[in-house]
Amino acid sequence: MENLALYLPEIGQFALILALVMAVLQVVIPLLGVNRGQLWLMGYARPFAVGQALFLVISLFVLAACFVIDDFSVAYVAANSNSLLPVQFKISAVWGAHEGSLLLWVTMLGLWSVAVALLSRSLPLDMVARVLSIMGMISVGFILFTLETSNPFARHLPSAPMEGGDLNPLLQDFGLIVHPPTLYMGYVGLSVAFAFALAALMSGRLDAAWARWSRPWTTAAWIFLTVGIALGSWWAYYELGWGGWWFWDPVENASLMPWLVATALLHSLAVTEKRGLFKSWTVLLAIFAFSLSLLGTFLVRSGVLTSVHAFASDPERGVFILALLGICVGGSLLLYALKAPTVASVGRYEVVSRETFLLLNNLVLVVMALAVLTGTLYPLVYDFMGLGKLSVGAAWFNTMFVPLTVILAVLMGLGAASRWKKDTLPRLAGVTAVAALVAIVFAVVTPFIVQGEWQGKVVLGLGTAGWLVAATLADIWKKSHGKLAKIPKLGMSYLGMVLAHIGVAITIVGVTMVSNYSIEKSVRMSPGDVETLGDYQFEFTQSGKIEGPNYTSQAVRFNVIQDGEVIEQLTPEKRHYSARNSIMTEAAIDVTLFRDIYVSMGEPLENGAWGMRLQVKPFMRWTWLGAIFMALGGFLAMLDKRYRRRVGVAQA
Amino acid sequence: MHPQRKKRLRLILFLVIAVGVAVGLAMYSLSQNINLFQTPTQIANGEVPPGRTIRAGGLVVEGSVVRDAEGLGVTFRVTDGQSEVPIHYEGILPDLFREGQGIVALGQLDTSGTFEASEVLAKHDENYMPPEVQDALEKAHLDGKAKMEDANSSGTDTSYGKGAGY
Repeated sequence: MENLALYLPEIGQFALILALVMAVLQVVIPLLGVNRGQLWLMGYARPFAVGQALFLVISLFVLAACFVIDDFSVAYVAANSNSLLPVQFKISAVWGAHEGSLLLWVTMLGLWSVAVALLSRSLPLDMVARVLSIMGMISVGFILFTLETSNPFARHLPSAPMEGGDLNPLLQDFGLIVHPPTLYMGYVGLSVAFAFALAALMSGRLDAAWARWSRPWTTAAWIFLTVGIALGSWWAYYELGWGGWWFWDPVENASLMPWLVATALLHSLAVTEKRGLFKSWTVLLAIFAFSLSLLGTFLVRSGVLTSVHAFASDPERGVFILALLGICVGGSLLLYALKAPTVASVGRYEVVSRETFLLLNNLVLVVMALAVLTGTLYPLVYDFMGLGKLSVGAAWFNTMFVPLTVILAVLMGLGAASRWKKDTLPRLAGVTAVAALVAIVFAVVTPFIVQGEWQGKVVLGLGTAGWLVAATLADIWKKSHGKLAKIPKLGMSYLGMVLAHIGVAITIVGVTMVSNYSIEKSVRMSPGDVETLGDYQFEFTQSGKIEGPNYTSQAVRFNVIQDGEVIEQLTPEKRHYSARNSIMTEAAIDVTLFRDIYVSMGEPLENGAWGMRLQVKPFMRWTWLGAIFMALGGFLAMLDKRYRRRVGVAQA
Repeated sequence: MHPQRKKRLRLILFLVIAVGVAVGLAMYSLSQNINLFQTPTQIANGEVPPGRTIRAGGLVVEGSVVRDAEGLGVTFRVTDGQSEVPIHYEGILPDLFREGQGIVALGQLDTSGTFEASEVLAKHDENYMPPEVQDALEKAHLDGKAKMEDANSSGTDTSYGKGAGY
């Protein structure tokens, strides 16, 4: 047993190499089968996919084991762990830095491949072979990248350190345990839609069946992305200690771009499945969605964000991943250019129809993604050309997103209420007039109810959200003929859409309120001091010390007082992590559905005084609650029974 | 021209113009919202007009941090090794703000030459140097070296070997 532990890193690396071998076989053998029309060769796609995933999982578990047993001879473990680190953080430290998160990335790709292998019984074998072969190609690229440039099992021998450098304290948190894996599941999951699109292009079978197969997979990836982005925002909010929840940081943008395009893809797939239209566009979106996932990986992992020059001086990783990106995007677009002209979309639709609204919606989403792309890459290009360093202010992204979101929401309401193929403006106006009226009243009255200042932006945001909900509910009312009992019979897909759209409205309300009505104050406070912010008083009652497992903190106790009564005690902390000698702010937050009270500590000043940041953030939770609704909506849509038809029915 | 075609051409023209205007507006708005990074040397040389929002940064000079007696005001100087700029900030400083650490501040230069910061950033990693600051330090270092070389050009070559590598 002891001997085994001694060779753990080698076992992990060996498993990774075996996974690479499996991945290569997964690429070559099934494709050979497709080429020669030999079913038995195509049949190998599934076992190789399972084998590859098995070795990847072994590799990941071995790395986790190296962390748990504190094997500091492994350079990656030594850099990101410490014997005092609580065990759950030792495990999450596996994806705490570059090497391990890449291993997680490929392992998830392996798991998605297995899922496709196991859940594709209704799919013709040659399609399974193509899809898994394409996913195998991506896998080969990334396992090679991991082994060549970022081996997590590399050893520090013979002079292994006795103690590790510890995980960045910022990452010692529940948020880091769940956020990266969820986000990666989303990124990597888009490879399935990508592989399906390319497989369909290769075979020339871009039809309703292809769209029907792709939809649940795309939805699954989209759910993970949605939840992953929301988790990231939530984590940044409570962990960074100053109450911001979205910074338009390149790393965040990298996750938002694929989400926007994946959202467009979901809707375009719906049109392709139902009406046989937009086929080329759908394929293009599938390619772009995954390419943006890869671009995100490149941005975050190549070091190009830290400095274009650092990237140029140590280009190994960056160039490798840029090459992967180039091959992937270039190759798929080449295939698209060769095959897309042969794809004909049949069926016609009038100018006023659901098809048109969905198309416009798609355009808005793509424009949003392009705006994010521009704002993210502009500083890099500027720097690369030697013009100097600059940053694009958050204000610009907001200027772009506010009007686009309003247009998007208006189109969402109209799209859901309109008919396929042919509709008329008078009819549409008739069914949505009430919703528009409700929205306007809601927008104008709500600021008075919450006693906020009457602002144009708030009215616009609330009006948009109100319209979306009212139009959606009006549509349910009409479809169910006003009978509650009929609602479940409208179909899971439809109900999923309803839930997701209401989720968007909830997020819009949250963002609107918290952006415009938040109040905050930074003050110097000593024990006994009372500060007033909005309806609340904050009383600094005492300060003291708290001992944690691998940190000590100075803490302050606050009474939060409303109408003369103490409603909550809050204890913000300033933690000192000894291993890295670093300081972390631990905010204290009192949460209700309608407001967050956020207290965080600044620096110690003389005579026991502290700089304190006090904030009241109305409707903060709604921002993330909306994402939960969207994800649940996606989940419902995946459960729709038409995705569970048997082979015979699917082909009929 | 066929009336159908004429109609289509007009539509395309309209779309091209609309897209052009939209892109133009977006890029104009972008140009209004970028914050250039300026080194302490550039600021000391008077390259930055007062009132323009820029990002400035460098290493916080040891012993330069002075807090106001009341409130949360703080004044400190940053350097790129060649020039120093005083920065004033009112509010909570980030956890990793300390003397000797690289920081980046967003704000404007006032007429007295003090940089009035609305935001001070220090990344959450003690080994991390903001890339702008790294760059500024290197630039200032190279400038200094070039001056030394100019001064020594008549004498023996004391600088690092040119082209000889390391």
